[in-house]
Amino acid sequence: MPTDRPTAAELVEAVREFLADHVAPNVEGQLAFHTRVAVNALAIVERTMAQGGAMDAAELSRLKDLLGRDGDLAEMNEALARAIRTGEMDDQGAAVLDHLRQTALDKIALANPRYLTPRG
Amino acid sequence: MTADMTKSKAEKQTRNLAAVLRRRAGEVYGPGTEIDGLMRLSGGASRETWSFDALSPDGHRVPLILKRDPLNEKRDETADSQFGGAKVLLGVDRWTEGRLMQLAGEVGVPVPEVPFFLDADDQTSAGYVMQRLDGEALGRRILREDAYARARPKLAFQCGEAAARFHNIPVNRLPSLPSLTAAEALDYHQDVIDAFKQPHAGFEYGIHWLRERLELAGDRLTLVHGDFRNGNLLIDGEGLRGVLDWELGQLGNPISDLGWICIRAWRYGYYDKPVGGFGEVADLLDGYQAGGGGQVPLERLRFWEAFGCLRWGVVCMIMAFTHIEGRERSLEKVSIGRRAVEGEYDLLQLVD
Repeated sequence: MPTDRPTAAELVEAVREFLADHVAPNVEGQLAFHTRVAVNALAIVERTMAQGGAMDAAELSRLKDLLGRDGDLAEMNEALARAIRTGEMDDQGAAVLDHLRQTALDKIALANPRYLTPRG
Repeated sequence: MTADMTKSKAEKQTRNLAAVLRRRAGEVYGPGTEIDGLMRLSGGASRETWSFDALSPDGHRVPLILKRDPLNEKRDETADSQFGGAKVLLGVDRWTEGRLMQLAGEVGVPVPEVPFFLDADDQTSAGYVMQRLDGEALGRRILREDAYARARPKLAFQCGEAAARFHNIPVNRLPSLPSLTAAEALDYHQDVIDAFKQPHAGFEYGIHWLRERLELAGDRLTLVHGDFRNGNLLIDGEGLRGVLDWELGQLGNPISDLGWICIRAWRYGYYDKPVGGFGEVADLLDGYQAGGGGQVPLERLRFWEAFGCLRWGVVCMIMAFTHIEGRERSLEKVSIGRRAVEGEYDLLQLVD
């Protein structure tokens, strides 16, 4: 990637901080709500840039074990989805479920890490 | 458009609506009825909600709410829309929605009364008018605020009882509604996911699991509310005051409503209370039995809770693709797409 500092992650962080610290306190109603939504969306992008690569590598490695072959992540996920639908994975149900739970956990860690924390 | 032009257009719309309401309220509450305090509450793209009081000539004041289709938009009468090639069920029309509330009220379900309807004409879009009840519908507040502390422990039972009653409305009394058996509902969700061309192993696993257990679903087909959850329930200090938002009413499996109110998305973080973040499954099912719904096996409830998780995930995806496919560009909608994983994660915890 032909870039100098700031990195893409640093730019996204700066925009998020601008929205959170300078826009959000000065708007109200729908605009305030949408500003919070925008801040959250940028936080997802930041977490994805920081952790997404390692998560992808781990997911691909699990998919290779499950499917017993190689390929890129999108193609392997499509193959797994198809194999689940046709019942080809039924005899590996527990291993598939472990993999899917881990993958969903990673996706939550990127999308909304607070989802798993109870309140009240 | 300048802000002034927007403002004057909005004022003209409000004046026109006041005239329509005065005429219709006059027919219901007597000639000379006036409209007071007409005010737009929500600016949603798909619905308009207005608040007003009808003042009858004898000085009687009736607090009311109008829910109507957006102006200047011809409604798609099929109530379907093409999403990447899949038909998406978008809900019933305003007359049907109001009619379902009337029918539910007749069998003892707490609902706002629906005194009259608006037909679409050159003055207004179609809508229905309901009683404006006091209470709180925001899920988080219901779970957090002291004012509802006494109500919360009663809600699961009351919700079960209310659901049993509207599930028991004879089907031949219902207006025309979309109808989906459990198997059809599963096919529908699979078709919608396929249309997004984003192969999804997690939801695929859940669909496969549900398909293999279809016999658990039960085969009753009744009126279902379709969005029966914390967030569409009006609560006051004493308990359940009204079941709101009937626009996803349909003929379906009754236990789908009970599964839906249990999914984690509607617990707002209060995960130790499986029913809406306020109550226990045993109370929900006791209420259901007391209301005449019979005994619900836990396995059947689990099936429909898992189904509800799938449905929540698909709803999130539909929102995201509404933006992605350019139907309505919206930061809020596209962001909700990332909440699909909440449904996926919860579904994968429920299955084995």
